[in-house]
Amino acid sequence: MTDFFLVAILVMIFVVIFQIAKASEYVSVLKGQEKSRKQNNRINGFLMMVFLVLGLLGAWYCNELYYGKTLFPQGSASVEGEKIDTMLWITIAVTGVVFIITQIILFYFGFKYQEKDNTRAFYFPHNNKLELLWTTVPAIFLTVLVAFGLKYWFIFTSDPPSNAIVVEVTGHQFGWDFRYPGNDGVLGKKSYKLYNQPAGNTLGVDFNDSASIDDIHLTEMHIPKGTPVKLVINAMDVIHDVGLSHFRMKMDAVPGIPTTLWFTPKYTTEEMRKITGNPNFVYELSCDQMCGKGHFTMRGIIIVEEPAAYASWLKEQKPEYGTLFPDNTKNTATPDSMSKAPIAQIK
Amino acid sequence: MSSASTLTESAAHGTHDVHHEHHHDTFITKYIFSQDHKTIAKQFLVTGIIWAFIGGLFSVVFRLQLGYPNASFPILEDLFGHWAKGGKIQPEFYYALVTMHGTVLVFFVLTAGLSGTFANFLIPLQIGARDMASPFLNMLSYWFFFLASVVMISSLFVQTGPASGGWTIYPPLSALGDASSGSKIGMDLWLVSMALFVVSSLLGGLNYITTILNMRTKGMSMTRMPLTIWALFFTAVLGVLSFPVLLSGAILLLFDRNLGTSFFLSDIVVAGKILPNEGGSAILFQHLFWFLGHPEVYIILLPAMGMSSEILSVNSRKPIFGYMAMVGSLFAITILAFLVWAHHMFVTGLNPLLGGVFVLLTLLIAVPSAIKVFNWLTTLWRGSIRFTPAMLFAIGFVSLFISGGLTGIFLGNSALDIHLHDTYFVVAHFHIVMGVASFFGMFAGIYHWYPKMFGRYLNNTLGYIHFWTTIAGAYLIFWPMHYEGLAGMPRRYYDFSNWESFKMFGGLNEFISMVAMVVFAVQLLFVFNFFYSIWKGRKVRDSNPWGATTLEWTTPIRPGHGNWPGDIPEVHRWPYDYSKDGQDFIDQTVPVGPNESQH
Repeated sequence: MTDFFLVAILVMIFVVIFQIAKASEYVSVLKGQEKSRKQNNRINGFLMMVFLVLGLLGAWYCNELYYGKTLFPQGSASVEGEKIDTMLWITIAVTGVVFIITQIILFYFGFKYQEKDNTRAFYFPHNNKLELLWTTVPAIFLTVLVAFGLKYWFIFTSDPPSNAIVVEVTGHQFGWDFRYPGNDGVLGKKSYKLYNQPAGNTLGVDFNDSASIDDIHLTEMHIPKGTPVKLVINAMDVIHDVGLSHFRMKMDAVPGIPTTLWFTPKYTTEEMRKITGNPNFVYELSCDQMCGKGHFTMRGIIIVEEPAAYASWLKEQKPEYGTLFPDNTKNTATPDSMSKAPIAQIK
Repeated sequence: MSSASTLTESAAHGTHDVHHEHHHDTFITKYIFSQDHKTIAKQFLVTGIIWAFIGGLFSVVFRLQLGYPNASFPILEDLFGHWAKGGKIQPEFYYALVTMHGTVLVFFVLTAGLSGTFANFLIPLQIGARDMASPFLNMLSYWFFFLASVVMISSLFVQTGPASGGWTIYPPLSALGDASSGSKIGMDLWLVSMALFVVSSLLGGLNYITTILNMRTKGMSMTRMPLTIWALFFTAVLGVLSFPVLLSGAILLLFDRNLGTSFFLSDIVVAGKILPNEGGSAILFQHLFWFLGHPEVYIILLPAMGMSSEILSVNSRKPIFGYMAMVGSLFAITILAFLVWAHHMFVTGLNPLLGGVFVLLTLLIAVPSAIKVFNWLTTLWRGSIRFTPAMLFAIGFVSLFISGGLTGIFLGNSALDIHLHDTYFVVAHFHIVMGVASFFGMFAGIYHWYPKMFGRYLNNTLGYIHFWTTIAGAYLIFWPMHYEGLAGMPRRYYDFSNWESFKMFGGLNEFISMVAMVVFAVQLLFVFNFFYSIWKGRKVRDSNPWGATTLEWTTPIRPGHGNWPGDIPEVHRWPYDYSKDGQDFIDQTVPVGPNESQH
């Protein structure tokens, strides 16, 4: 019943607006075209100024409401991300000035130069000096922005410092897996052809590679504060994307083409809870590349800890090899002993 | 065909009585399989309006989900069955809606509906030709578009649903039926529809280019063409050079899907199955897609720029400021449009050096864009502005182009793009600069040339209501989205309520959805105005109602096939002699006086 009323009311509103519009057309015919055109000009010229003022106030009010909810008041949670925030401020400053000036000019000119009885338009087809001015000034500002941007871009995409810890991130429909290299600091080889869900080898790790024996497979990522972290990123099925908005980092996960990113966390999760005043704060890893119907559920959790807490946490984690092959864990497994394991048989 | 070739000849000779053609026009040759460029333009326009209604409706439905993620709307279950089980939009349905909304509006409305309408309608009328170079190919262009539309519509009704991997259809998601139900038969139909669409666009584009280069009337040198024609010319060049690349990408993807090839597939385990594909690259597809996809943005934007330039000049009663700079900047944008595609791929693991080059080229586009904006502003300066609805939409276009263009400077800078890529900041950016801005250009064009199309006016008051609510609504919808994007809120999420980082925007999302519904309702008012006025609008009595200088207003109020009953007029001057030497305007056909200064 409410649906019916809603539709009825909507139709009524339509009819009313339409009748008004129709009536105004008759009125303009009665009044004479010239006269009604002048009236329309005055109204719309006035509305230009109203829109300009309300628009600028609205932009200010929107900022009041939502600036606090963006990530910028709390600052970047990674050392490298601070540069992105700097970039953002520079860009906002430049574009903001241009935005305000040009919008004011546009709507003010609309109001100011509306048709009047005693003035004529000014024949002004071109002026090379003016045009040169607004070719070079934007070009100079853009050069500055490009220079800043590229300087930072090449820092972000450079190799990480040598003390970086490595974590492998793998996206699949619809979740994230993390693999730590263990004591040897080397991630074991893997191949999608070794994928074997019944046997639990969901990443396709090659356990014939001795480097994989101590690798740790988890579904939650822990990283230490103050140490560079390098993520090696993979995908099992379709393209995903590792989105780390608090750290200002992002990189696609592409099947068959490993990618990397690195950053240095600045605050532990606990510290961020105090900074944001949100006791439930967690660093979230969002999938930022459309990957299917569960795209919006691909939420990963990252815990940033003090280095000591991280070290003791890491010590407690058991290598995947041990959980998949509990029999072999007591003796040091050799690559040979693995050849009978079911996972190696997949063609 | 015979009538087509007669017309072409008559256009070449410039003199011919075309009235005898009308005797044997049946309903079918006049309205369905017409070869008259004006009728074909109207066919594109009406089809485009129908598509815009469908695409807009999709966005209203998915905005319901985003605004009210916990509510249930029983009426949706009545309408959509199991796609909205229990009155709740299902995730698959949500993603199908998002994908089809993008596909429909980008290709079917703002490419075919915009270029198809105004290139067809204005090119012969404004350059002084009786019709297109090949009226028959022109007709085919519409019918290929129609076929593409039929195939795309039919994909909405297949059991597994239409394509749902986003309008950019990145493989492997779009290549594997096991990865998404929308990647089953719906995806094949999408690709076939798009192949037909490319054919339509090529037939149209070749015709536009040929017509502009070869069929201008006497005296209409290239530098005397209105800016609309320049913009439509560059649009056609962009389309002809870039659409074939999409076609090849679509065909390769069809092969990967159906014939077991591995162009885009490698190292994949999907739904527990290890796929045999090896050696392909998922990123290769993105290069092919964006090599069209970026020029596509300008295919959408340039016609709006051209029409707005023309309308701003006519209604300011002033010449467009810096005509040559306007042409030059259109040319620069056209060239640069081909050299910036990888800025959509900064976070794919692109070679950083290559990324740097694309940053430089991308931000270069801001220079011609700035020239255009300042020239438009100077055109208004000391004008004598008449606020027709068309003029309002042209001013709105400039406002939106500034707002959306400036956020492009954020996204084109790869370092910042790392944070903003695939967030609502991008959604806000491209909706303002290419979505709403181009729509404003299109509306401006419709209000301005409606009297020439149908011999009647659109209702003015409805036009004013339409403009003010739409521009206010567009800013209310998209301006706050920038803040969501700065908070890292990702695009294409069905529900944010489980995310600690993004759930605080629930109230804002609800507000945006409400505004979106109001704005959609206002567009219905426009659609009503459009169709009502075809039959009941105020009649045009003055053959040049806006006091414009260009050739289309020298035809009869309702021009027949062939446009001019007698000779095609000769052109003696550029199209922007407004308020010159004490005259309100001087028609392009008026010879230059002995003592008159040239611009």
